Amino acid sequence: MSGLEELYREIILDHYRSPRNRGELPSPPAQRVEGFNPLCGDEIVVYVEVDDPGKGDDAVVTDIRIGGQGCSISQSSASMMSAAVKGRTVGEIHELTKAFKAMMSIHEEGLEGGEASEDDAAPSDVSELKLGDLEALRGVVKFPVRIKCATLSWNTLAQGLEEAAAGA
Amino acid sequence: MAVNGFDVAAVAADFPILSRRVHDHRLVFLDSAASSQKPRQVLDAMDHYYETSHANVHRAAYTLAEEATNAMEGARAKVASFIGAGHADQVVFTKNATEAINLIARSWGAANLGPGDAILLSQLEHHANIVPWQQLAAERGVEIRWIPLTADGYLDLSDIESLMEGIKLLGISAMSNVVGTIPPVRHLADMAHAAGAVVAVDACQYVPHVPTDVTELGADFLSFSGHKMLGPTGIGVLWGRPDLLDEMPPFLGGGGMILDVRLDGFVPAAVPHKFEAGTPPIAEIVGLGAAVDYLEALGMDAVRRHEIELTAYALSTLSERFGDKLTIHGPMTAEDRGGVMSFAFADLHPHDLSQVLDQHGVCVRPGHHCAKPLMRVLGVGATARASWYIYNDESDIDALGDALEAAGDFFAF
Repeated sequence: MSGLEELYREIILDHYRSPRNRGELPSPPAQRVEGFNPLCGDEIVVYVEVDDPGKGDDAVVTDIRIGGQGCSISQSSASMMSAAVKGRTVGEIHELTKAFKAMMSIHEEGLEGGEASEDDAAPSDVSELKLGDLEALRGVVKFPVRIKCATLSWNTLAQGLEEAAAGA
Repeated sequence: MAVNGFDVAAVAADFPILSRRVHDHRLVFLDSAASSQKPRQVLDAMDHYYETSHANVHRAAYTLAEEATNAMEGARAKVASFIGAGHADQVVFTKNATEAINLIARSWGAANLGPGDAILLSQLEHHANIVPWQQLAAERGVEIRWIPLTADGYLDLSDIESLMEGIKLLGISAMSNVVGTIPPVRHLADMAHAAGAVVAVDACQYVPHVPTDVTELGADFLSFSGHKMLGPTGIGVLWGRPDLLDEMPPFLGGGGMILDVRLDGFVPAAVPHKFEAGTPPIAEIVGLGAAVDYLEALGMDAVRRHEIELTAYALSTLSERFGDKLTIHGPMTAEDRGGVMSFAFADLHPHDLSQVLDQHGVCVRPGHHCAKPLMRVLGVGATARASWYIYNDESDIDALGDALEAAGDFFAF
């Protein structure tokens, strides 16, 4: 069961049982984006509000809420993400997303036999510093089919920020 | 177990994969509704074909080609007799059941459905029996009507007369791949025929598990897959009423499906070859023939009896063991359903649940099972689904129960 315990770390289960920033925001002004994992039927809704989309990477995420339903990995990842990005700038969130996906994608690329692009080769000690609690999700890479669960909310948030910027 | 008509342990011994171990546990395979395992006899038949008789079929005068053709056409005859078809020529080989349904929609549908026409499907259907019709509907302005469901997974027939009015086609699953419901296909087919409609039965879950006779079912088309009935992947079957198949335009074009080709056009071959463009999956067809032999040796009545008994055992023992912690979707009467059980356990998401069950060697499937409209009726995003077949017995159900208990302990719910 050691692999399982590595996957389901206590902090993950804590976020699953008591998700942070759960709910909705009025849209507009918030950007509302849905994400689907067609493999398992998980659906996530991210509501994200930025102070001024016109500021590009310097825009600040003032509020975020998570809706939808899914497994412990997708829900805890979304919960940790919401806590990690609130109050940060879009630029910082891009960096964080890159670091998180690098942690998740090393294995994915290895599986597909592809080579990591330069873009993804963030030094791991830097990502660890930034990721904090999110590090707990590292065990997911040993269960490749669950990687998409962990990245669902991040991809959905990225889409939301893109749409917010495009609407500016 | 003589009472079931066959010895489950002896059957299981025919399946090499069942002797492997997973995470240091014996393999408890409970995902046959997705794809069944294969007995030695099927694997041997395919090996034997490649080792002794492989050549491309039809249009060659040498011994190997003749043997290959005979093997393929012999399998076609076995499949025809297995489903009570009047003649082997009524059996069209496809890639899988999905392709068979697409063939109906693309060929019969395109020739017979147009703007203002209506077809009737049920909300039980697998995406394979929804999306091809939606594609056709979008292209040709066809109306799709839906037979609703009751909360416990039966068809809600309270409004069936008006739903049937004026329809051109009824597309109906003979057994739900999610909740196991066996709809009253014959009754619905009679109503549909009275309305002047053609009846296409998705029998993917039915043919592997229940004695099947296309005439008794009232089907005009019947589709199913080889890999859910002990055969290999890559081979499916479309049975069609001969007059319908004769009138239908070809599906895919290419070699094998023509009588003549000139620069200004072609003449299609006769049924079933009209629908079988290109080199067919010969070894897979041979394997499907061997799978039919295997099931007929057991007897489909005995197969169905075994599944009813095992389903009754699962429904009663697991309900008793877990009480309110376990929610079983669908009919609670074993005779009304197949050996497939979708369930929710405690507050665990199916994805998490199946991950823990896997650590105990228990294979169940989490997800929407390609039936998202049905998921919405059940009010869930996903279920965990256990399904059993001829090689499963009570010990597998007990192993599922033990693994569920361990999962509950692990998450401390």
